[in-house]
Amino acid sequence: MNAELWLPVIFAGLMAISLLAYVILDGYDLGVGVLLPLGSDSQRDNMIASIGPFWDANETWLVLGVGLLLVAFPMAHGIILGELYLPVALMLLGLILRGVAFDFRVKAQAHHQPAWNAAFAAGSLLAAASQGVMLGRYLTGFAPGAAAWGFALLAGAGLTAAYVLLGAGWLIMKTEGELQQRATRWAQRALLGTGVAVAAVSIATPLASARIAAKWFTLPDVLLLLPLPLVTLALFVLLAVSLPRLAARQAAGNDSFCWLPFAATVGIVLLSFWGLAYSVFPEIVIGRLTIWQAASDAEALWVILAGAAVVLPTIIGYTVFAYRVFWGKARELSYS
Amino acid sequence: MDSFDPLTLARIQFAANISFHILFPTISIAMGWVLLYFKTRFDRSGDQAWLDAYGFWVKIFALTFALGVVSGITMSFQFGTNWPGYMQKVGNVAGPLLAYEVLTAFFLEATFLGIMLFGRSRVSNRVHTLATFLVAFGTTVSAFWIIALNSWMQTPAGVSVVDGKVHVESWLAVIFNPSMPYRLTHMLLASGLTVAFLVAGVSAYRWLRGDRGAGVRHALKTGVTLAAMLIPLQILVGDAHGLNTFHHQPAKLAAIEGVWHTERGAPLLLFALPDEATQSNRYALGIPKLASLIITHQPDGEIRGLNEFAGAHPPVAKVFWSFRVMVAVGVAMLLASWLAAWQLRRRGEPAPWLARALVAMTFSGWLATLAGWYVTEIGRQPWLVTGILRTADAASAVGGGMILSTLLMYLALYAVLLASYVSVVFYLAKKAGQPAAANLEGVSA
Repeated sequence: MNAELWLPVIFAGLMAISLLAYVILDGYDLGVGVLLPLGSDSQRDNMIASIGPFWDANETWLVLGVGLLLVAFPMAHGIILGELYLPVALMLLGLILRGVAFDFRVKAQAHHQPAWNAAFAAGSLLAAASQGVMLGRYLTGFAPGAAAWGFALLAGAGLTAAYVLLGAGWLIMKTEGELQQRATRWAQRALLGTGVAVAAVSIATPLASARIAAKWFTLPDVLLLLPLPLVTLALFVLLAVSLPRLAARQAAGNDSFCWLPFAATVGIVLLSFWGLAYSVFPEIVIGRLTIWQAASDAEALWVILAGAAVVLPTIIGYTVFAYRVFWGKARELSYS
Repeated sequence: MDSFDPLTLARIQFAANISFHILFPTISIAMGWVLLYFKTRFDRSGDQAWLDAYGFWVKIFALTFALGVVSGITMSFQFGTNWPGYMQKVGNVAGPLLAYEVLTAFFLEATFLGIMLFGRSRVSNRVHTLATFLVAFGTTVSAFWIIALNSWMQTPAGVSVVDGKVHVESWLAVIFNPSMPYRLTHMLLASGLTVAFLVAGVSAYRWLRGDRGAGVRHALKTGVTLAAMLIPLQILVGDAHGLNTFHHQPAKLAAIEGVWHTERGAPLLLFALPDEATQSNRYALGIPKLASLIITHQPDGEIRGLNEFAGAHPPVAKVFWSFRVMVAVGVAMLLASWLAAWQLRRRGEPAPWLARALVAMTFSGWLATLAGWYVTEIGRQPWLVTGILRTADAASAVGGGMILSTLLMYLALYAVLLASYVSVVFYLAKKAGQPAAANLEGVSA
């Protein structure tokens, strides 16, 4: 088979996996950041302790995803990030504020702590919302007009809700006691927001693009794709039913199935991501560029692929190791 | 407005971001190894003071690392937005090198950082030391790839240009291009010196405040000794790097030395105001023949002047003065570190005035590093990749207004973060010296 044909497909896949890993991993820690103002002082420390050892590596998936876009599809990188210049700048502002507040809040003078806490939460919210807006703009092919921007804002709210749901699920899994019970209530509210957003984006996307509509609603594709929305719906129902039950159990001191909300939310994210990827593929800039038109020379892709084939499994291996080291309920962060 | 065109703004924005970014890796590269040194000293001797030193500096490392990560993410977005022509032309070189940095270094350091910082009670001591090593190793590998790419942009090798695109013929020649070994060594030593003066300066600050526990003594001695050892090496490597520049980037060297017209027996200029309009130096003060002697190792050796590179040489005054700032800081470093090392040896402690001088020089490494980078980056202009791609041809189509507004946002943010960083470093130093009860003061304040 022709390398010029399948190398871009592999790189589109690698990039999608990186971005998916980013959305799930940084998603939960951004979500915890958005929720930070809702916790009490001591709970805030606990919330941050639950993401402390991980956030840095989580964010690296964004660098890899964007890096792959840059090196494998440089033309698309220029167009997409040029179009998204403003939301990208806001997202970077958010990520910078969030990342540094993490350290400053415990190291700066005590009376500066509330300001850094606020920076942490505001940065997380800004990063989450701008990523959603970027997604919304991307899906409309950067269309002008109020409707397209309305869709982008909707996607911004939707992705934020999804991150909050992930974050609440993470807290239910990684904390106990009053914080855990609060997180369960936060998850119930975020579930509602996420549900509305996923439904709205699912309805709006085919309306906004005739091409995507054609992809989804023709036989036999529609039959093959049907499980996607159905399983997503089932996961939503599962969450809606199980969250109140978990709350009742936690109140009775029973912590079993504390991983369920997080796992179910990851499932929803996986399915939604797969649905979007299917809608877009094989284009990389909707309506303008396919992955083959945007791809770098095969010679560069070969060199990167060789490295990635060796290194990516290693990265996954030591990432699993790091998560196992900090397995179980979060403990106070301490350098000693 | 001429000075507000997108090209100028894109350059200022990129320069601001990369200047801000480089401050933090410059510290974390060598600090990782210093922490590993503290940790292994403790592992071997069981001396709690080494662990105290580790415990204090690991906090500053964590803060530094966070700033490096977040400012580095910005770079990955701006490569494409500010310089779309760059990947188009040299993507076959830059793409793999950047990808290898992320794959081999970023994940390694970021993942093991969590274990290094917060995992001491969760993993065995041996695994913790290994995590510390892997973080230090990761930061250094990261520097390796970035310097390889940067050096290749300075002195490209191992490629051919076909149909306006660069194609790699030999990766070994690309990575180990003519200036790469010099630049990498120079940068790693700069990182070592920056950390040495940071550790010495903050320890001297604690010392002056009466905080003279064994941990502070160990750190002070480590910082001063490291500085005293590295600075002569750096001067030698810097000299070799200069010779390399003379051979491969003569226009940059002419700007550094302020040589407008090719001449034999060129003087070493201590002061001058290079003037592009008249192609000459005003108020020149120099030592006769010394520049020729240093660069060609002959008093009457010939240095090619800027006149040979008309229309393709860098802005002279910026390069000329950046170089002199770097060298002046280097000389101050030599004096301060040797004097302090001598005093520590003779009397076991620094004189108060010298301790104050070390405090003043806490961030001197940043100044020298930035000045050095301006020499090398501005000195490469008007090229982005020497002889292959002009900076102007790589610039973005993004409008000037958009770049300007985000530039102002970044500048304001960086000013706040830099001030916070420096003040927190000294605040941590102050707090470390107080007994635990006194730390509560701040809560009610």
